[in-house]
Amino acid sequence: MSVEITGENCGEDSRKGWMSLLAKAPGARLAALVEGVEDWPAFQWLRVPEVGGVMVRGRMGGTGAAFNLGEMTVTRCALRLESGEVGHAYVQGRDKRHAERAAVIDALMQTGRAEALRDAVLAPLEAEAAARRAARAAKAAATKGDFFTLVRGED
Amino acid sequence: MLDQSLGGGFADPAVESARAFRAALSALARPGRIETVTGASAPAPVSGAAAALLLTLCDGETPLYLAPGHDGREVRDWIAFHIGAPLVGPEAAQFALGRWAALQPVTRFAVGTPEYPDRAATLIVELDGLEAGGAKLTGPGIEAEAHLPLPETAAFRDNRALFPLGWDAYFTCGDRLAGLPRSTRVEAI
Repeated sequence: MSVEITGENCGEDSRKGWMSLLAKAPGARLAALVEGVEDWPAFQWLRVPEVGGVMVRGRMGGTGAAFNLGEMTVTRCALRLESGEVGHAYVQGRDKRHAERAAVIDALMQTGRAEALRDAVLAPLEAEAAARRAARAAKAAATKGDFFTLVRGED
Repeated sequence: MLDQSLGGGFADPAVESARAFRAALSALARPGRIETVTGASAPAPVSGAAAALLLTLCDGETPLYLAPGHDGREVRDWIAFHIGAPLVGPEAAQFALGRWAALQPVTRFAVGTPEYPDRAATLIVELDGLEAGGAKLTGPGIEAEAHLPLPETAAFRDNRALFPLGWDAYFTCGDRLAGLPRSTRVEAI
């Protein structure tokens, strides 16, 4: 299996967006947010959580040929709520409970509780992810060097 | 994707697939002995035993052929979700699933090469009934003789004549399965 990283911006409104957000969220933080959700639903497993590896592929500059960046550990699962919605999750790391919570939220986001969950779980995760990205970008920006020529030797 | 196509996998994959693998090994090692496998279910008309064999033996790198009658939207979706095996024509298949009549002519299936006799197909044949009795089996793994209700004997005799080449077969019905490797001699009685 290979997952291609693209620069495509996916908001948390789309299923792709919230699955991506849940996959990359810290497991402990998601667990804490989920504590606050009432009526955690019952479900049956379609695929019990299993740990595996995926090959992450990258592309330099958005135009180069895709190359294998490296392997990462991924936990995946699929489940069905009693009301019939099917939730899938692929999350980074080997935390099976993280995958389970992510799949339940994926399923609940297809129900009438989507709005409440968006406020309670997805919005804080999205804000924290943005803050992490900004902090990292700021650190990187501080190391930026500007190069300019004062005198050229051959003159 | 249809709802039914997502269920039916092993609830405890490590343990149940190990049990099913053990059953599949013993069935081929002792032709004619009927093993029971449970824990898997696929959309009709795939039997529970055939579903367990597919889950245990197939993965994303084993080309699978679905014979007419077993080739439907729901079965394809189930295989895509649980196994991911590429579906191919009979000549390229490492595994084939179907009823005996639908798998004909069985001479289409890979029998391996003299250098690599293991590159042969394994047929999973769905039967209406699987009880001891029927055609007489002798050969490796059989102390005196065993009996299986084979749909015919000529095709299995022709396959035995190719040894060490030839395909191997599993017979499934409900949760029961039996094996018939290429090395077994088959006689009608």
